[in-house]
Amino acid sequence: MSQTQSQSQSQASGEALSRRGPILLSRYAECLFWLARYMERVENLARILEVTDTFVRHGADQSGWLSIVQINADEARFLEKHDAVTAESVLRFYLSERDNPSSISACLFAARENARTLRPLISTEMWSQVNVFYNRARELMAGEPRPSDVSQICAFLKEGCQFHTGITEGTLFRDQGWAFYSIGKYLERGDQTSRLVDIKYHTLLPSVTDVGGAQDVNQWHALLRAAAGYHAFRRVYPSGMIPASVAGFLLLNHSCPRSIVQSVHQIETYLTQLGSTYGLTGANRVLEQLDGLRAGVMDQTIDHILQRGLHEFLDWVQLQFLGIAAAIADAFWHSKEDAT
Amino acid sequence: MTASSTVASGLSLGLLDAYDSDGFYCEMRDGAALDPRIAQVMARLRQVSPDDLRRRAEIAESELYNLGITFTVYSDRDAIDRILPFDLVPRILTPAEWDHIDRGVRQRVAALNAFLWDIYHDRAILRDKVVPESLVLGNPNYRPEMIGLDVPHRTYVHVCGIDLVRDETGGFLVLEDNARTPSGVSYVIENRHMMARMFPDLFDGIAVRPVGDYGMRLHTALTEIAPSGDAEPRVVLLSPGIYNSAYFEHIFLAREMGVPLVEGRDLTVEDGSVWMRTTAGLAPVHAIYRRLNDDFLDPDVFNPDSVLGVRGLIDVWRRGRVALANAVGTGVADDKAIYAYMPRIIRYYLAEDAILSNVQTNICAEAEGLAYTLDHLHELVVKPVGESGGYGIIIGPRASAEECREFRAKLIADPSNFISQPMVKLSVSPTLMGSRLAPRHVDLRPFAVTGKSTWVLPGGLTRVALREGSLVVNSSQGGGSKDTWVLE
Repeated sequence: MSQTQSQSQSQASGEALSRRGPILLSRYAECLFWLARYMERVENLARILEVTDTFVRHGADQSGWLSIVQINADEARFLEKHDAVTAESVLRFYLSERDNPSSISACLFAARENARTLRPLISTEMWSQVNVFYNRARELMAGEPRPSDVSQICAFLKEGCQFHTGITEGTLFRDQGWAFYSIGKYLERGDQTSRLVDIKYHTLLPSVTDVGGAQDVNQWHALLRAAAGYHAFRRVYPSGMIPASVAGFLLLNHSCPRSIVQSVHQIETYLTQLGSTYGLTGANRVLEQLDGLRAGVMDQTIDHILQRGLHEFLDWVQLQFLGIAAAIADAFWHSKEDAT
Repeated sequence: MTASSTVASGLSLGLLDAYDSDGFYCEMRDGAALDPRIAQVMARLRQVSPDDLRRRAEIAESELYNLGITFTVYSDRDAIDRILPFDLVPRILTPAEWDHIDRGVRQRVAALNAFLWDIYHDRAILRDKVVPESLVLGNPNYRPEMIGLDVPHRTYVHVCGIDLVRDETGGFLVLEDNARTPSGVSYVIENRHMMARMFPDLFDGIAVRPVGDYGMRLHTALTEIAPSGDAEPRVVLLSPGIYNSAYFEHIFLAREMGVPLVEGRDLTVEDGSVWMRTTAGLAPVHAIYRRLNDDFLDPDVFNPDSVLGVRGLIDVWRRGRVALANAVGTGVADDKAIYAYMPRIIRYYLAEDAILSNVQTNICAEAEGLAYTLDHLHELVVKPVGESGGYGIIIGPRASAEECREFRAKLIADPSNFISQPMVKLSVSPTLMGSRLAPRHVDLRPFAVTGKSTWVLPGGLTRVALREGSLVVNSSQGGGSKDTWVLE
């Protein structure tokens, strides 16, 4: 940076201070993004575990447990520590095992350490809730969960995340930090929904003959419940349960709060805000990156997606989310140079 | 509150029924004779049942955990939060007592700053042989980098914590100066908030001076030393990060000042200025309240292995392009060996007697002091000059013959590393122990903030030694804290 640039930047940031609200440390933006991601991840994982526990544990087919390990790409790590895929081993792996970085325990720890770093910025209530939530969750998940405890533990975890969401909505200052938090949350949510739908198509449906059977319908119900979409789905599609419409609902419905389309829409909104309201030109590069994903999911029909292969589509969506996350990091916290 | 929950039943013993301060000055009982409001608080405490106080104390403790008013101990995979124990019985100072402390602290800060300017410029005090040259120039905390450097308003010690104790006559004595990065002020304010929530009935009708504007005062002082030219200088707090035991305080102060808490990796030096990395690129920084020791500030100048600091920072500071609080090199002034000379230093620069007296101090580096210390070891407290946190101290009257013998050898081997003082009979304050109030020894750390002028936070941190008979109030050694009231 040359002397003249630094001087003009100094003036520019002076203006920015009055028009665009306070500046934001890159490290704080990164922590806000990750705090939101980890909390969202915990909630989604709790949803998946609860639904699997309820609908798969007592069935003859235990592959539902394996599929959780598969969609998180945790097979190798899981098999290092556990001999067999059972309800107990998968629950332990995803609830309390701190060695497993995708466990709820590890995610909550990471969320809390991000929140600890953010304490100068976030409300006391926000920090206090994450702190208390972490401590209670750790107590609750210590030891071997009894089968009868699982649904209660998952309900507690979901509620803790929702409590966090509510406090954040009610107390987090609406400057660019809110946008980074929101982008993290919707990015994680979209990614998790794509994985959730993938469970079903990836493994739960071994042969075409099962389609429409009692077991099959049961599993589709479970999927919708995991995404908190069962009753909304019933309202939109009062008759029948065609697998394609469930997938279409979770991926493409604009009103479903956990759909991919909704996530993409929210990410776009907040990125645009970073660019236009807060003058962060780095947002434009990320928006370009988002264009590909947007084109790939907006104005698509589920039939078209199914024809091309759902699993392939979901894989592609996940890759796009990865690329967007990397572009955000490059634009806002990895760049050492003047971003303007 | 219902009567049944607060009034002690006739059958059980009240909180203060068996209280005996045992010849020590009692902050509550002896204070009650000085001000009827202290007597009133004491009377109210008599009306509180032990169960009720116990219950409030438990709630307070869980709130400290939940709010994260904690220091964190990291193990390989976990982070365990610990709290500084908090006692619900306040320590109360009268307006006259506070006036004395306030004047004494401001005088002391003025002398410390005059001394620092002098030893880094004219060295008049060394030439005049008021303070031995070797004590200053040979001190590991004397920073040659500071020689000839002018700091705004000649203020080196922007934040100063001066540790006071009271002897059995009720007189205040200075135990120690903290002129580097004194901590504890966050507890002063959080303790007040906690008291207001847990014990509002104790305050009824009693006007206590507020402590809540500390952050604003500190921010003002930092803007006063920032390089002029910027209408609104940008202030940051530089912290070593979440692994530091005082991280809560760093958070607290950043929030109270409304400034970013930064780590070394958030800052960079370019084109002769300090910048912070923001989402919009680099933004200029004008004043830094650093909670990082001198050694770690700048790998170019001090510890080359430090990753906590900012390369090039000291050079920018020396050119007056950024302000640093506290200044580098203040550690020489709060050294325990220099402490012994403080009454003379005050007289030298200010032509006044010290308003707050020192504890009588023998300097073992001097033959006379060493001889006296060796002869009276069993009645003296001997402290190493370079340590803090109460480490390495021997309390003669409490030490075994064996411990005295071992210590004597250490002392003879390296006498200049030690000072000795008579054992001060520290004042006590009623403190909840189980289901009764018991006398526990306390000290007081008032905080002074200096930019253009000095302001002293009306209150300060009262630390209490929770172990029976213990004189060591440090949090690292079983100390707790109390709310400190200064009456209007």
